[in-house]
Amino acid sequence: MANMSLKKTAMPEQDPNVRNKNFEEVALGYTAEMAMEEATRCLNCKNKPCVNGCPVNVPIPAFIEKVAAGDFEGAYEVITSENALPAICGRVCPQENQCEGKCVRGIKGEPVGIGRMERFVADWHMENAKPVEVKIEKNGKKVAVVGCGPAGITCAGELIKKGYEVTVFEALHKAGGVLSYGIPEFRLPKDLVAKEIETVEKLGVDIKTNVIVGRSVTIDELMEDGYEAVFVGSGAGLPRFLNIPGENHLGVYSANEFLTRVNLMKGYKFPDCPTPVKVGKKVAVVGAGNVAMDAARTAKRLGAEEVYIVYRRSEEEAPARLEELHHAKEEGIIFKFLNNPAAIKADENGWVNKMEIIKQELGEPDASGRRSPKPIEGSNYDLDVDTVIIAIGQSPNPLIRQTTPGLDVQRWGGIIVDEDTMKTSKDGVYAGGDTVTGAATVILAMGAGKKAAAAIDKQLQGK
Amino acid sequence: MVYKIVKKTKLNNLVELMEIQAPYVARKCEPGQFIIIRVDEDGERIPLTIADYDRENETVTIIYQVVGYSTELLSKKEEGDYVQDFVGPLGQPSPLHKCDRVLGVAGGVGAAPLYPQLRKLSQMGVPVDVIIGGKSAEFVILKELFEEFCDNVYIATDDGSLGTKGFVTNVLEDQIKAGVKYDEVIAIGPLIMMKNVVKITKEYDIPTAVSLNPIMIDGTGMCGGCRVTVGGETKFACVDGPDFDGFKVDFDECMQRQGMFREEEHQCKIGRGM
Ligand SMILES: Cc1cc2nc3c(=O)[nH]c(=O)nc-3n(C[C@H](O)[C@H](O)[C@H](O)COP(=O)(O)OP(=O)(O)OC[C@H]3O[C@@H](n4cnc5c(N)ncnc54)[C@H](O)[C@@H]3O)c2cc1C
Ligand SMILES: Cc1cc2nc3c(=O)[nH]c(=O)nc-3n(C[C@H](O)[C@H](O)[C@H](O)COP(=O)(O)OP(=O)(O)OC[C@H]3O[C@@H](n4cnc5c(N)ncnc54)[C@H](O)[C@@H]3O)c2cc1C
Ligand code: SF4
Ligand code: SF4
Ligand code: FES
Repeated sequence: MANMSLKKTAMPEQDPNVRNKNFEEVALGYTAEMAMEEATRCLNCKNKPCVNGCPVNVPIPAFIEKVAAGDFEGAYEVITSENALPAICGRVCPQENQCEGKCVRGIKGEPVGIGRMERFVADWHMENAKPVEVKIEKNGKKVAVVGCGPAGITCAGELIKKGYEVTVFEALHKAGGVLSYGIPEFRLPKDLVAKEIETVEKLGVDIKTNVIVGRSVTIDELMEDGYEAVFVGSGAGLPRFLNIPGENHLGVYSANEFLTRVNLMKGYKFPDCPTPVKVGKKVAVVGAGNVAMDAARTAKRLGAEEVYIVYRRSEEEAPARLEELHHAKEEGIIFKFLNNPAAIKADENGWVNKMEIIKQELGEPDASGRRSPKPIEGSNYDLDVDTVIIAIGQSPNPLIRQTTPGLDVQRWGGIIVDEDTMKTSKDGVYAGGDTVTGAATVILAMGAGKKAAAAIDKQLQGK
Repeated sequence: MVYKIVKKTKLNNLVELMEIQAPYVARKCEPGQFIIIRVDEDGERIPLTIADYDRENETVTIIYQVVGYSTELLSKKEEGDYVQDFVGPLGQPSPLHKCDRVLGVAGGVGAAPLYPQLRKLSQMGVPVDVIIGGKSAEFVILKELFEEFCDNVYIATDDGSLGTKGFVTNVLEDQIKAGVKYDEVIAIGPLIMMKNVVKITKEYDIPTAVSLNPIMIDGTGMCGGCRVTVGGETKFACVDGPDFDGFKVDFDECMQRQGMFREEEHQCKIGRGM
């Protein structure tokens, strides 16, 4: 008999007033008992609506069944048949819009805690499973992957298992993409990201850091070097700015700069790690996506007294995961919805001291179905701030398209691909992840990497 | 990845030269581009211009002034040691083109990035002159190297211990007033020097390229920390530059932004016992 509790089994978390001063993980994860308890809430539906909600089709009821039976390694095998990075997805997937959003238990009460169980299974495996020697037969063909984010790692992992020699070229000194430089430690521990990357390296993937494709070597040169296919997973790393007066004042960061200083360069350990990051007492973060929540919560942890989220639409339209919004509120972040920055002002030394804001009201729904904000005439006011972080989105870096003749791109810079094969307009070149879709999600990037690997295999085996 | 230091020499008390094994950079770099180096694990990413390169031996030369924590750490490394990370080539190659005469103006360690640009121009058949400035004779670097291909090498020192006593801008103005015709000036050095050079060349309408050195992190266009205002537009120096049209650069903003972490830079040296 299924467990008919309307609520998910609670997952222990650090107390908000403790965690907003440290960088340790917020959510502590299920114990074996909790996971098994939550597993009994699943009805094992025949038509599996949850699986349709998952971009990589994790066989959800099948893995949950194993969890219920206490066969955690078995559950791990079921999950990893479709998803190579479960410890990461279990933590950062926007489950409410994906698997859990489709779960029938969610119609009346809370959906089954699929993400939480996925996370538990992956963590259990990392801690308890013995490494197995996999023997892969090499097929003598070489494939290059550009960028070592979730899209690139997944594509590389799939191809190495099929026998290809795979080299990943990564521009930064560290692998992981946004998982390493963007998403903070308290949401996604960096040790865990490192372990997932180690797993693909152990399979034989060669990750070359410090190589910028387009500068250090071009895609055409890689093809000349004998790589028979190239997968581009270079992400959407170019930060957008507001283009309002005062954006270059001291104390104004892009979220990418702020988070990179803290995560990749470990600025929170300054001066033990020498890259500085400066946070004042009153911080305004512009935007309301995951990136904005991460920046705001990071600023709080670095000692800011008041941290504001300034967003021109209303809470309903905020693109962040529900859990992140909820955590941010608990941690004392102050939300200013329907507020749009008009200018950033500075003191006589050029340091930010105020943000001028115009209040907004919601008008008619726009093309995207969201009600678009309109300024309220004469509602301008100044908010006292000494740090501003702009988190209004990223677009693909132009370097690859500028240095790869024959690669068709959208007007906004995204690489154009065939949706079934992830093939670009250039022979032998595939692309996926944020560089194709614009800033999206980890799991979609992984799905794209996997699809491309299958198509690359098909093409090269045909040769 | 680690990168081997194959050669190290001291050019003066504060300026050192290193040749580093870096195949990917050496194969493709052009004058005007730079690299980002990290001395050790947990180290800062700091940008340095490519002063020279050897495609055959796959090495890249950097010339750096010891100014703070990370450059001091680098200066502790010896021949045969390794640095943790070395990535490039970054930025746009300098847009060098044929003309009748070009003047290079270098302040301090700015002589290093200027050197490959002038040499390339000379190889293209353009006659070049150079003005090298420094606090005193000891700080004038690369003079012999410039003499190999420059028609005239002028020196200016603050204390007059070598060449003219005064600033590079004094020499520049003297040359222009004496009627020497330059089609273009390339000025590389401290921001205040470049700003003052531009003040003069603007007056005489001589196109002037400058090389900006804002604080950088990734150097790939990902963080926007290196943004500068050029002709009223925001540019990322690491991908759009580092060379820009000097007439259009907002030098005052550059100078302000360069000081954003001054306290921390100081604290870092003290905090880590240097
Ligand atoms: C702060 C933040 C929080 C987020 N939170 C979530 C979340 O909670 N849940 C979620 O699902 N998604 C989240 N996202 C989005 C998610 O991280 C991205 O959608 C995902 O990482 C995209 O993967 P990718 O592999 O396409 O690109 P990326 O992760 O961006 O990786 C691209 C890699 O390519 C490298 N590269 C770029 N150009 C070159 C080049 N020319 N040569 C060599 N290498 C290159 C980059 O350095 C980078 O390492 C968040 C994003 C950010 C920034
Ligand atoms: C494109 C470019 C090319 C450069 N080329 C050379 C070169 O060929 N030779 C040379 O000696 N110097 C060069 N520099 C400057 C060099 O990067 C700095 O001197 C170095 O980063 C100082 O680090 P530090 O820790 O020793 O000093 P700190 O005490 O940290 O700082 C001293 C000074 O360096 C600046 N600085 C600090 N961190 C950075 C950073 N990450 N990026 C840029 N500037 C920083 C500070 O604003 C300050 O003015 C270049 C800078 C740029 C942007
Ligand atoms: S991968 Fe993401 S969407 Fe799919 S089941 Fe796991 S948590 Fe849900
Ligand atoms: S929809 Fe919910 S209850 Fe049904 S199988 Fe999926 S997880 Fe279980
Ligand atoms: S250094 Fe980060 S964008 Fe230029």
